[in-house]
Amino acid sequence: MIADVRVDAAAGCHIFSGCGFPAPGLQNFYFKPLFTVGSFAFTKPMLVAVLCTVIVIAFFGVAFWKPKVVPRGVQNVAEIGILFVRDQILRPALGRKGDSYLPLLVSLFFYILVMNLMELIPVIQFPAMSKIGFVVTPVVIIYVLYIYLGFKNQGAWGYIRNMWPSGVPFFILPILIPIELLRFFIIQPFTLGIRLFANMFAGHLLLAIFMVATWYLASLTIGLLFAAGSAVMVLFVFLLELLVDFLQAFIFTTLTAVYLSSSLEAAH
Amino acid sequence: MSVLAGTLATAATTTLQINFGAVGYGLAAIGPGIGIGLVFGHAIEAMARQPEATGRITLYMWIGFSLTEILALLGLVVPFIFHAS
Repeated sequence: MIADVRVDAAAGCHIFSGCGFPAPGLQNFYFKPLFTVGSFAFTKPMLVAVLCTVIVIAFFGVAFWKPKVVPRGVQNVAEIGILFVRDQILRPALGRKGDSYLPLLVSLFFYILVMNLMELIPVIQFPAMSKIGFVVTPVVIIYVLYIYLGFKNQGAWGYIRNMWPSGVPFFILPILIPIELLRFFIIQPFTLGIRLFANMFAGHLLLAIFMVATWYLASLTIGLLFAAGSAVMVLFVFLLELLVDFLQAFIFTTLTAVYLSSSLEAAH
Repeated sequence: MSVLAGTLATAATTTLQINFGAVGYGLAAIGPGIGIGLVFGHAIEAMARQPEATGRITLYMWIGFSLTEILALLGLVVPFIFHAS
């Protein structure tokens, strides 16, 4: 599993040299451990995750170390980011009373955004979110939080009662109630995590395919022409992924806000 | 006759080497593609009708988009399961 296609590609594997296209696949998502402590192996995705955490903490730390009434420099940028999360994500879903959840949503948004952008930064070029374990952590935090808030704000019985669909014929209830329960307790958190994971997985694979293809086709034959086309595609996919990275961070945070709002007040 | 059967058998085995998973994912992506188009199209229509409700419409647009998108993303598993070995 650890066999690295990029090694094959780097070993002079070009078109018409009798070797097939070293297509990127699942093996691109497995890394040799950087170092091991006992049975614990520290790999590149973990390094990326730690790096992203440090970047986000350092950025907001520098921005708000000595906050000024008239913001200057980094504080301006950070305030724009926070106001974006507040006005575009938090306020439409939770309203003014949800402002106490702003720290959670801001850190979630920027953590995911930086994690996603790591797939585009040279040398690093790996979105840690394409390993599902890194997605599970924020999803579990949100899952526990919204169930806790639901029980706290609506009471144990009220919370279950609100999931009871009203205004439907009684013979549909046996079908509808399991679906509602399934949706709330399994499908919501599952899709929340899978969406981010699958987007990053597909994005990394897409970038890898065009980058490996460019290298593979580049030889002094007609392949050079195709390599140029592939290189243009790399640029195109790069811009597409820039959009997707931002969009996924946005959607993840928006859905978190919506789930929290459904816990804070009963659905109508 | 037996020659024909043999040829057919070889043809059948070679045809099965096609990566059906990838074809399946292509088919599976049609539905979400149409769906995402509908979501954004109707959201824009609604915003054009009632510009003052843009905030709430945008919120529901993203929820609808994400629910539709997940279908396409779940299909991404298919090429990895049914790949030509």
